[in-house]
Amino acid sequence: MEKEIKNALADASTPLAQPDQFALSRRAFLQVLGSGLLITATETAVQAQGRGAAAEGRLAARLYLNEDGTITALSGKVEEGQGPRTELAQAAAEELRVSIQRVQMIMADTDLVPDDGITAGSRTTPSNVPAMRQAAATARELLTQYAAAQWKVDAATLEVQDGLITNKSNNQTMSYADLAKSKEVVAAFAAKVRPDVALTPAREWKSLGRPVLKIGGRDAVTGKHQYPSDIVRPNMLYGKVLRTPAYGATLKSIDVSAARKMKDVVVIHEGDFVGFAAPSSHRASQAVVAVAKTASWKPGARRVSHRNVHAYLKKHADRSRVRENVIGSVEKGFTEASKTLSQTYTLAYVQHAPMEPRAAVAEWNDGKVTVWAGCDGPFRARRDVAQACGVSEEQVRIIIPDMGGGFGGKHSAEAAVEAARMAKAAGRPVSVRWTRAEEFTWAYCRPAAVIECKGGLNGANSLVAWDFTNINAGAAAIATPYEVPNIRTASVGSDTPVPQGSYRVLAATGNNFARECFMDELAAAAGVDPLDFRRAHLRNPRLRTVLEAAAWRFDWSSRIKKVTPELGVGLACGTEKNSCVAACVEVAVDRKSGEIKVRDVCEVFECGPILNPPNLLSQVHGCIIMGLGGALTEEIEFENGKILNPNFTAYRVPRFRDVPKIDVQLINKTDIPSAGGGETPIIAVAPAIGNAIFAATGVRIRSMPMRGEMLRRT
Amino acid sequence: MDVTVKLKVNGEERSVTTDPQRKLLDVLREDLHLTGTKYGCGEGRCGACLVLLDGKKAFSCLVPVTAADKKSVTTIEGLAGSDALHPVQEAFLEEGAMQCGYCTPGMIISAVALLKEKPNPTDEEIVAGMNSNLCRCNGYVKIKNAVHRAAEKSRR
Ligand code: FES
Ligand code: FES
Repeated sequence: MEKEIKNALADASTPLAQPDQFALSRRAFLQVLGSGLLITATETAVQAQGRGAAAEGRLAARLYLNEDGTITALSGKVEEGQGPRTELAQAAAEELRVSIQRVQMIMADTDLVPDDGITAGSRTTPSNVPAMRQAAATARELLTQYAAAQWKVDAATLEVQDGLITNKSNNQTMSYADLAKSKEVVAAFAAKVRPDVALTPAREWKSLGRPVLKIGGRDAVTGKHQYPSDIVRPNMLYGKVLRTPAYGATLKSIDVSAARKMKDVVVIHEGDFVGFAAPSSHRASQAVVAVAKTASWKPGARRVSHRNVHAYLKKHADRSRVRENVIGSVEKGFTEASKTLSQTYTLAYVQHAPMEPRAAVAEWNDGKVTVWAGCDGPFRARRDVAQACGVSEEQVRIIIPDMGGGFGGKHSAEAAVEAARMAKAAGRPVSVRWTRAEEFTWAYCRPAAVIECKGGLNGANSLVAWDFTNINAGAAAIATPYEVPNIRTASVGSDTPVPQGSYRVLAATGNNFARECFMDELAAAAGVDPLDFRRAHLRNPRLRTVLEAAAWRFDWSSRIKKVTPELGVGLACGTEKNSCVAACVEVAVDRKSGEIKVRDVCEVFECGPILNPPNLLSQVHGCIIMGLGGALTEEIEFENGKILNPNFTAYRVPRFRDVPKIDVQLINKTDIPSAGGGETPIIAVAPAIGNAIFAATGVRIRSMPMRGEMLRRT
Repeated sequence: MDVTVKLKVNGEERSVTTDPQRKLLDVLREDLHLTGTKYGCGEGRCGACLVLLDGKKAFSCLVPVTAADKKSVTTIEGLAGSDALHPVQEAFLEEGAMQCGYCTPGMIISAVALLKEKPNPTDEEIVAGMNSNLCRCNGYVKIKNAVHRAAEKSRR
């Protein structure tokens, strides 16, 4: 087993260990970065060609062959930092047999691209990359067949390389540039994408699977890239919205006359919506201040705070909204158990806090509105804007410039709607950029949870019953990956007192935290090493591999023996979204000060064939470090509908100082399809830390975040 | 009452007549359309808005525009010539030290300021020098590598 693990790790780390092997040289990637210009050149053509084709699954909706032999590829996905722009370009390049430099992507522009849904749930890699590959492979076949027909030869005898079709028998060639000029070829792109077209197997990949640096990186380092909050339109105003003092409050009355008297301020007062647009955001904010004191509100918030929210959620658990899964009979299982353990774990509300808060610019022309927005569902935003402005969806165009982070927190398009309403009323373009306080207060949270766990061990220390209920947060990764004959899992809805929604990997973080900590509790009750206890219950071979690999890399078996009251080690694993992760961590604890310092994280991750190794590594880094925040410090504090810590001083996200030594190993498993990698790596972090704290101190912290004060108290 | 402020921005004399309460960040972004400098928190806690003010790093979200009067301001756009890249920019690019890239301009300005003081920083010095810069996508590991790489470049 150990040999297999070593081999797997060696395989995966080869491309990462040698960055000078980059398929793209520095010169080459600088060329990629220059290619953005072509987008404008082809926009009209794409518009003419692509409209209406998307719904029928036609090639033309996905790909456009330019007369210079380059390719424009279209996707409804959004780039928010996780790398889909680069990945999709790799996919098109791979199957069209061109270098990635010859592909430019147009993404998330509702007038140009197909509706690919929201960008979420690690779906781009398993769904949209294959869709792009199918389109590109269909196109390549079509082009080859066209050449074959011209030359009256069998298409199978032709070779395609670097955008050139060659008849090897006579060295006749035809380039993509030549083909793009043919009317027949253009017409042929009306064909449907063939879902059964043969795709290039992973072992033959030339673009996919290679390290490719972020497309657009140069514009990021020069400050030239325009994020949604950077868009400037001629004659543009800056808008601010009057916010309610707490969730659920509604406006009873307001006097906006003070703002009307302010120079250059446009007042937008439509029912509950009160906004101000002005030549500077400062002036617009002054208008808000001037008017806010005249507002009278009808409160509507639930009377609950972050301190008692878990009792509240439990009390309001709605047993009519249950998603239950049963294997065997837990009742019977528990009667067979010689030891039974039950515990309750909790999870706080947290915010995504992407570096770029919500932002949008809207501009109306001839009854049509264009909105540049920072959200991850362009077509959903189009619907919302159309509804709010009383126009049809055809009158709305949403463009999502590559934006500054989301992590599942930007499914909604509030700023787009606000900008569109204000721009309509003002008759000028309006930019709405939420402040950090607004983002912390008005963006939805990751749900808090109460998770009840019960496990039963028989005389041989085998799990015979497992009962697991998540109240409020959801069912992601609620199924246990361990072999237990009698299982009941349930996800129960509740009444959330603050707005809640998606977050990186949804409820999987909380469910895995509770499960993996509770597995440790059971291991301790059984008197078995946590690694051995898991192994004894684990058949899933992929999960076993990452777990054993992490333990081996970390040197678990000798480090667990060296645990002291100040220094603990812990491990955890988990699977979600068709990928597997395991982590081992070392944690230093100071029982007097209550300081918990994560010193060392070793994480092994596997999500099938790796599409872009350095990007996947970045995703895993991101998950690990973001995971530290949720594990140790992050918690939205609130009382009666008011957020009490809406800033980076009171709400502590990980900083440079918090970064432990990180060792990431990626396993490149090429015999299955690729799964997304931007979410699952977060789920092993918190439980491994909790288990390490327990190993050091004997104190089990059953809540996220795990605050050091909890150690001091005991 | 509006005031007129004279700034030397990226080597160019600019004069802005504006409300004295406005912050340098807003003036750079809204009046001069230098949007490479980002807003992230408005309270000096994220570093997205960092610029060099007379060569020293400053949180432009906290600096009243009047405090920058007659001073020189370098933003990310002015770090290198129009087509060239500053060695720190090159290092970030080569290291792939960005995901969404929104924190990147502030990180680069912070690194430039750090390397001026400590041309060969240790890991600890990088952490101390850049702790007020937040990245949420979490590039801290690669960003640290990029700063080392930049230091190496200037040694060459
Ligand atoms: S915006 Fe200035 S430090 Fe965050
Ligand atoms: S790269 Fe997105 S915030 Fe740093």
